[in-house]
Amino acid sequence: MMQRLTGAERQLALIISVLTLLSGLAMAAAGRADPLGIHGWIVVLFAGAVFLLTLGSIYDPEPREDRAVSYYDDPTKVGLILALGWAVVGMGMGVWVAAQLAWPDLRFDAAWSSFGRIRPVHTSGVIFGFGGNALIATSFHVMQRTSRARLAGHVSPWFVLLGFNLFCIIAASGYLMGVTQSKEYAEPEWYADIWLVIVWVVYFVLYIRTLARRNEPHIYVANWYYLAFILVVAVLHIVNNLAVPASLTGAKSYSAFSGVQDAMTQWWYGHNAVAFFLTAGFLGMLYYFLPKRAERPIYSYRLSILSFWGITFFYIWAGSHHLHYTALPQWVQTLGMTFSVMLLVPSWASAGNALMTLNGAWHKVRDDATLRFMMVAAVFYGLSTFEGSFMAVRAVNSLSHYTDWTVGHVHAGAMGWVALISFGSIYAVVPLLWQRETMYSWKLVEWHFWLALSGTVIYVFAMWNSGITQGLMWRTYTESGTLAYSFTDTLVAMHPYYVARAVGGALFLTGAVLALFNVVMTIRHAPEKRPERDYPTSSEATEPAVPAAE
Amino acid sequence: MEILMLLIPLTLAMGCVGLLTFFWTVRSGQYDDPEGDARRILQADDRPLDYRQSERRGERTT
Repeated sequence: MMQRLTGAERQLALIISVLTLLSGLAMAAAGRADPLGIHGWIVVLFAGAVFLLTLGSIYDPEPREDRAVSYYDDPTKVGLILALGWAVVGMGMGVWVAAQLAWPDLRFDAAWSSFGRIRPVHTSGVIFGFGGNALIATSFHVMQRTSRARLAGHVSPWFVLLGFNLFCIIAASGYLMGVTQSKEYAEPEWYADIWLVIVWVVYFVLYIRTLARRNEPHIYVANWYYLAFILVVAVLHIVNNLAVPASLTGAKSYSAFSGVQDAMTQWWYGHNAVAFFLTAGFLGMLYYFLPKRAERPIYSYRLSILSFWGITFFYIWAGSHHLHYTALPQWVQTLGMTFSVMLLVPSWASAGNALMTLNGAWHKVRDDATLRFMMVAAVFYGLSTFEGSFMAVRAVNSLSHYTDWTVGHVHAGAMGWVALISFGSIYAVVPLLWQRETMYSWKLVEWHFWLALSGTVIYVFAMWNSGITQGLMWRTYTESGTLAYSFTDTLVAMHPYYVARAVGGALFLTGAVLALFNVVMTIRHAPEKRPERDYPTSSEATEPAVPAAE
Repeated sequence: MEILMLLIPLTLAMGCVGLLTFFWTVRSGQYDDPEGDARRILQADDRPLDYRQSERRGERTT
């Protein structure tokens, strides 16, 4: 890993890890027995490990070749493995949380294992740990290939990747200790939030600098999606995490906003985290890896550009649909609802564009589970964006809100769309990066596909049934005008669906474990493949793009 | 709802940044050749472009 860094870069890495280590020590000294202190020691351990790794190879021979002749893929490789590791952890936590709802004794009476603490470990583990690492890793891959230029830096990609993972570790360990801001998908406290801002700014600068040195005049559409993901998430994160620490020696902080103001800020953030973290970034993945794998250009490139700008301008207004029938002014609710319905247009444009790309390549979808992952992901993207627009309508929301239907909707998106497109992209890119002929076992990919698909379908159907049953029971009145069902009655009605959900999740988790195994075995045992030498003649490839007469 | 005094201008400002970027993409010719743009990512080679440029100029032999 270190042999591709120059001496100066190794020193820079050492300096950064020492600075991080010192801030960890400061946190440990200030926080003492507070969770802040424990987090300080975690930072010290993490930065210390990076420091020792760097120091161990500080005198290794420096790179002699011109580094610009190849892409810099080491951070991508590490990022993909981290993503799969987080997938197993995050989904494992998810199965445990689901099982706790069906069989509450599985909490084993500990404080750290209570539902409220391990649920955010599950959500952050899969969204940020798995999804975030997959996004960072694939964005490094895609921006280099589509720009035909090497990453603009050798230390900063590592800083972004490792810094982000340090954030994830602080987040997850904090939840277990009871540290939380109680904001959905923004639970980590102030010091973790500040750290993430630093990491994210470096990420943005790295992306822009790499694009600036591109050799291809056109910026491929996938880059726009990744860029929107990085930029908008930065703004959202900063605004939603504006908080005043109760003291600088403790983890606790208080939000700058209160009541419905805070709720509005939270869901302005929360829905756009869905939009720009869980949608835009993964659309970037889809628009690069699906055409690559199908070996066909995207069906309509114009439409892909159009849907990008549509998503950019519409999505950001939709957040208030999370607050129907609350103290939020009616017109703000209506605004959110209207934009949510409008969003169906750019969303379906992307889903349709992906499926039309496969027209003429259906035999490949039949034979190749990797491409099938991407195809099914596009289908689930279409389904869950339709469902989302529908659920944002106030009348529908009066039935669906606060029920398991919402949980089912989120998981149709997270499992069916986000996870499947990530797995498809990982299977497509791993043999390329490690220069292997193919994945270690295509049968395992096939198994993973069917496990993931059946797990998702079982999960989503269980939650649809459970949610609608629950919603209808809540609004059933007796003839004398009292509620017909007690809360316990609804719990009894939901129990079989909770069991089914845990089963569906377990199938999905099994698939993720197979993926990690298959990737590790590919790296260790699959036959090597020398890179092909027959690239197009340089005269043709180095010409700037000639505008086509159409 | 004082928060809207922050969120709405901020969101509009982000939209304006998007709009300006869009104008830039139009003016800098990003949409002149969508067909070619869609196809070029499919080329099989897996190296930065600098490599071949310098090779063509005969500066490097490997």
